[in-house]
Amino acid sequence: MVPELGHYALVLALLLACVQAGVTLVGARAGEARGALLMAAGPSTAIAQAGFVALAFGCLMWSYAVSDFSVANVAQNSHSLKPMLYKLTGAWGNHEGSMVLWVLILALCGALVALFGGNLPATLRARVLGVLALVSVGFLLFILLTSNPFMRLWPIPEDGRDLNPLLQDPGLAFHPPFLYLGYVGTAVAFAFACAALLEGRVDAAWGRWVRPWTLFAWSALTVGIGLGSWWAYYELGWGGFWFWDPVENASLMPWFLATALLHSAIVVEKREALKVWTILLAILAFSLSLLGTFLVRSGILNSVHAFANDPDRGVFILALLFVTVGGSLALFAWRAPALAPQGVFAPVSREGGLILNNLLLATLCAVVLVGTLYPLFADLVWGAKITVGPPFFNAATFPLFFALLVAMGVGPLLPWKRADLWAALSRLKLAAAVVAALVVVYLAAVDRTLLPLLGFACALWLLLGAVTDFADRVRLGSAPLAESWRRARGLPRGVVGGILAHAAVAITVAGIAGKGLAPERITLLQPGETTTLAGYVVRFDGTRPLAGPNWTGVEGRLVVLRGDRELAVLAPQRRHYPVARMGTTEAAIRTSGLADLYAVIGETTENGATVVRLHYNPLAPWIWAGTVLMGLGGLISLSDRRLRVGVPSRRRAAAPAAVAAE
Amino acid sequence: MTSRRLLFLLPVGLLAAAGAGFYAMLAGMQRGSFNPRGVPSALIGRPAPSFSLPPLEGSGKLGFALEDLHEAARQGPVLVNFFASWCVPCLVEHPNLMRLAAEGVPVFGINYRAGGRDDPGAVAWLRRHGDPYRRIGVDLGGRVAIDFGTYGVPETFLVDREGIIRWRMAGPITDTVLAEDLRPLLRRYR
Repeated sequence: MVPELGHYALVLALLLACVQAGVTLVGARAGEARGALLMAAGPSTAIAQAGFVALAFGCLMWSYAVSDFSVANVAQNSHSLKPMLYKLTGAWGNHEGSMVLWVLILALCGALVALFGGNLPATLRARVLGVLALVSVGFLLFILLTSNPFMRLWPIPEDGRDLNPLLQDPGLAFHPPFLYLGYVGTAVAFAFACAALLEGRVDAAWGRWVRPWTLFAWSALTVGIGLGSWWAYYELGWGGFWFWDPVENASLMPWFLATALLHSAIVVEKREALKVWTILLAILAFSLSLLGTFLVRSGILNSVHAFANDPDRGVFILALLFVTVGGSLALFAWRAPALAPQGVFAPVSREGGLILNNLLLATLCAVVLVGTLYPLFADLVWGAKITVGPPFFNAATFPLFFALLVAMGVGPLLPWKRADLWAALSRLKLAAAVVAALVVVYLAAVDRTLLPLLGFACALWLLLGAVTDFADRVRLGSAPLAESWRRARGLPRGVVGGILAHAAVAITVAGIAGKGLAPERITLLQPGETTTLAGYVVRFDGTRPLAGPNWTGVEGRLVVLRGDRELAVLAPQRRHYPVARMGTTEAAIRTSGLADLYAVIGETTENGATVVRLHYNPLAPWIWAGTVLMGLGGLISLSDRRLRVGVPSRRRAAAPAAVAAE
Repeated sequence: MTSRRLLFLLPVGLLAAAGAGFYAMLAGMQRGSFNPRGVPSALIGRPAPSFSLPPLEGSGKLGFALEDLHEAARQGPVLVNFFASWCVPCLVEHPNLMRLAAEGVPVFGINYRAGGRDDPGAVAWLRRHGDPYRRIGVDLGGRVAIDFGTYGVPETFLVDREGIIRWRMAGPITDTVLAEDLRPLLRRYR
């Protein structure tokens, strides 16, 4: 009964989405006065649509919670012995369920626009809701026609086939919801872009409305990617955190563009320039989110991400992608040329710096896109089987990253309109001196490999740039402390968030650079034997068998010693999930906040020796601490008064000079 | 003005091309004529790419270039093996490489160091587990790995008497791979 209710709720949501798209778009076309009645129906349909999708998702969760194996989706992806947390998260650990979650988040965003968009011009809000409804219609049709999660199964199986054990993990349980929040957030920016093209007007106020949604999408995407990489680090047991896997790239590309959009929207808001480019970025960011969905779900790209792949579904998503992206790009080609470029700006200025940021980020995105898709097209066109792996991506992206990081240190110090580069650089004299000192000390005392050194230098430069920015703003040192404190509290949250996010990037970069220095050791150890790594002595005490609710396995015991003192016991595991017929490795990680000691055990040979792999990863936890701080920076910026209340009417925004004084 | 218009049409044009390509891929997957997952090397049946690598210091072996490979290949097929001391599957295939080397098959080692990743343990690793290599080159920066189109380590290529790549194994040479794939090929290109 419950699955049928869910199915029915999805059908109703589809009908409501159709109505929503119809009334809002027709109403907006009729105009502010004549279409008022039609447009007024938009918000309530959006909220009702969200309600029905939420009901459907609740029904799906319920079927998972009670292990209703008459539902095909539950039988294929769950098991009665699985812990409750993974039963529930299993609801979105598969293709059908994750699509429902996707649509749920989209519908909730639509409801938020409906609820809090009261201060938007009526036609703009109606058009945004209309575009969002059209996207909803596409995805609901996709779910109902090709990926219905409520399909029944007969005869009812005794038990389920279990979720891919790699996904039975807290880090991964919450990785998809965050990613979808990010992807769907770009859908709202996309809807704003399409609405602006339909309206034929982009102004400072538009930039101000797009920014919170982009910030929200960007923060969620950052945290989602961070969670995914953290999971790869401790669960896949390869000791790495980023593998340039096609699916990782699929989430990284929208992130690059969302980051660019975040910054170019500021230029629209403050200077009313860069409008056409910002619109294009908003469209492309969402298009790449869709492209990622398409590549993974169609089975064209293969990766650790477990989804039942199906070319039939692929054709549907391709059509959806083509209509959505093609429609918006055609609209762009038709209407965007009319958006006359405005504002002259000097190459050396805040907006000039933001353009450089956009160029570098767009280039990075293009490099990753080419690296991901080139093998597919080479195969299709020339029949050449080639692989593009980490060597290409590292060689092609590192120079761009370094340029970006160096520029990131200076950019925020440049004033708007016309800047003096030397004046900005002279404010960074101290930072440059400290970085130079680091380079000298590092070369002399630590290590001579180039890339980690460059990474550390860039990270320190960026961090000091952010600190300088903050110190100058609060006049630290040049004014009494009480005055600085007063100024610090008075700083707009948008500025604080920006400074924090930049500093957080520095922390992540330092973590990645530290990973480049990480020593590793792989040995065969008999119980009682010891090995050394980075000044630690590690004694292997053997393995013991172990069993969990739906798995069996072995656990190794490794004692970490310094001198005679026992510092820690590491207990890495190898698990076997009989139902899913898969094994996983559970790395044991001992972290001090400054470094991780990371251990994985492999097979045990006939003579009793076990393969033990140890990594000492300096600064590794900083990679994820940095991504969390980046997300936090985004949230702080999101809570800025400017974005929360006092969203200006178009009349006030007509005088941007009044708000540009930062 | 018209060229500005055309510029705005560019994204749509690119999308149309990409869409057509993706459709052809999906259609090919359904017919079975297109398989994005098969990963044979593009280099199979082609001459090995040109390179010249410095020696691994401390190993006591010379570095090598493509010409050295050709020279050795005149007597029979040779293997080019990408390895690194931090790679677990390398340890898996190591005994098989030792066996092949003992039987007189020339194995040329390339120490893989992509992405600024150093491999200071390489010499100690070879000392501990044995050194099957006739010569060892260090691929600083991973350029040769890119030219060979490697996935990662271990990866092994078989080069015949004419200097043509005949076989590629991405992953360890396990006992099964050795018995069922590599040995027959070694006989065939003898």
